[in-house]
Amino acid sequence: MSGDSPFIIVLLAIVGGALRVSTPFMFVALGECLTEKSGRVNLGLEGTLVLGAMCAYAISFHSGSPWLGVLAAGCAGSLLGAIHGYVCKLPRVNDIAIGIAMMLFGTGLAFFFGKAYIQPSAPRLESFSLGAWTGNQQIETALQINPLLLVGVVVAIAMSWAFANTKWGLIVRMTGDSAPAARAMGVSVDMVRFLSTTAGGFLAGVGGAFLSLFYPGSWNQGLSSGQGLMAVALVIFARWDPIRCAFAALLFGATGAIGPALQSVGITQGYYFFNAAPYILTLLVMIASAGSKQAARNVPGELSITK
Amino acid sequence: MADIAEPMAPPMVAASEWRGDLSIRIRRGAEYVAIPLFALVVSAILFSLFLLALGKSPIQFFQLVHQGGFGTAFSIQNTLQRAAPLILTALAVAIPARIGLVMIGGEGALVVGGFASAAIAIPLVTGKASPMVALIIMAIAGMIFGALWVGIAGFLRYARGVNETISSLLLTYIGIATMNFFVEGALRDLTNPNKPSTMPIGDAYMVGKIPGTDVHWGLAIGVLLAIVLHILMSRTTFGFAVRVTGGNARAALAQGIPVGKLIVICCLIAGACAGLAGFYEVAAIQGRANASLVAGYGFTGILVAFLARHNAIAIIPVAIMFGGLVASGGLVQRRMDLPDATVLVLQGLTFVVLLVSETLYGRFKIFQPPITADRT
Repeated sequence: MSGDSPFIIVLLAIVGGALRVSTPFMFVALGECLTEKSGRVNLGLEGTLVLGAMCAYAISFHSGSPWLGVLAAGCAGSLLGAIHGYVCKLPRVNDIAIGIAMMLFGTGLAFFFGKAYIQPSAPRLESFSLGAWTGNQQIETALQINPLLLVGVVVAIAMSWAFANTKWGLIVRMTGDSAPAARAMGVSVDMVRFLSTTAGGFLAGVGGAFLSLFYPGSWNQGLSSGQGLMAVALVIFARWDPIRCAFAALLFGATGAIGPALQSVGITQGYYFFNAAPYILTLLVMIASAGSKQAARNVPGELSITK
Repeated sequence: MADIAEPMAPPMVAASEWRGDLSIRIRRGAEYVAIPLFALVVSAILFSLFLLALGKSPIQFFQLVHQGGFGTAFSIQNTLQRAAPLILTALAVAIPARIGLVMIGGEGALVVGGFASAAIAIPLVTGKASPMVALIIMAIAGMIFGALWVGIAGFLRYARGVNETISSLLLTYIGIATMNFFVEGALRDLTNPNKPSTMPIGDAYMVGKIPGTDVHWGLAIGVLLAIVLHILMSRTTFGFAVRVTGGNARAALAQGIPVGKLIVICCLIAGACAGLAGFYEVAAIQGRANASLVAGYGFTGILVAFLARHNAIAIIPVAIMFGGLVASGGLVQRRMDLPDATVLVLQGLTFVVLLVSETLYGRFKIFQPPITADRT
């Protein structure tokens, strides 16, 4: 196999990039999927992602254990999610506006406490390669996989199964489709949504840990630049199905990798255009899925975002 | 979608009776002032606790904000200088909010508008056009491109039902990337090796100061626009139709109000305001377009608009207050050894508390109309 052909290099870089870049998308999208299934929208996951990234990096730096950092990121994320979940149950409080506020608040906190961690380097998450058997150096580097990606895939499958087959899954779906029905069944709608938003925040925080502890693998203020937001949009595209969320995340990861991949073979023309590509793709995907009949069929009935 | 719009008068009450009842309007108005003020006080207290937990003095913080934002003639002018883009970006949030949209694309429209006016200035400056003509063309270009940016989000909302909050924020990222694309490539001024920028427009083409002050004309235009838009929203048929749509879009449709058209027009107005802010940032402050345009004015403008309850007149004092907060950022940073994100934390906290305070409306008896026998 000739590793010199630019086409192969670009393709490998895109595949490798998709595997690397997609993980945060996947976690945020799964978190948002859970929240939206319960009938509420959390637009603040961008802030959760950034705060998660900062906490993971700081804890990993101080404790020397990156996995402790991942846990800390999850806890920080669930704290933000819990605030969102609690506040939204109050009458007259708009969940979309609160999402924007939490996004600004989370980002602000992360930048505030993160200033001290821009310089030092924290221990990163270990990775292993799916391409080791080929003996080809390039394939090996391209197919570096982080355990968190696998965790994400497992969560996606588990969530999909739980929605379909467990009592808890049914309760979450029912709350999302019709709050009166849930109340009639004796389910506390506020509690279900609070827990779903908190758990969703946990997942988004873990996605942030991936950003700072694996790829790109350092903490700075431009780390996320809208990935959390794109992941929220992606849930609509994935029609509230965890498995489709995972695939959509891979697609988005691949788009995000086009720019750096082309740059690696010396095509720097339009680098900034390719930087914009994921945002443009998200917008196109939103336009396409907003009017689709299938999306309209699968949308949780209580959701304010599609009205 | 209608949640953020101002509540309409209760439909039970006949219009003439409603208008005549001054005490109700005063009580309502007092509620709209008292609850945001209360939210501000609560967030100041929470932020003080935050500072105390970090071992910093909240008293020193607020003293420095006062000193850096309003303490001297110089700092007041600095504050007003920053209030100008905040008024315009807040209008960019408030006008769509009146029709029930949570549109947060002000930052993107500001960047795109500022870049467009800096780009169109290049042939005008090299062609030695008269400064007045050049500035007018630049301002129009900024407004058109800003309007386009928010207008896209509005059109998508109307035509496809795309959620405007997400799309307008995405368009912000796209706008910043577009500016970077040109500023680092085709339109880069190669004589300036330090920071990728467009060609400077030069002192002769800069917007002047308001006589007797050090504040550029953007402030006066911003205040004027706020007044004009307030009249448009509260005293015209157009404004009435917009408010009806914001209150209940379905009812508005049933009444034959062209909802889609109104949505797009509101978004075009909003974008033009933010684009104008970008024009002033380029033509009065920076002198060129570069990454400094991405200064967060668009995001602070969201908070300003919500605090002002999307009332164009109320935006003016709130914008000046936050202009002072932004202006004092540097001083606070130096004296108290706090990171520059301190202002961000305070803003985020205020925003959350403010939105939570929405739940208080209608809960205090003192603000409610007295229940009389003939009313019920």
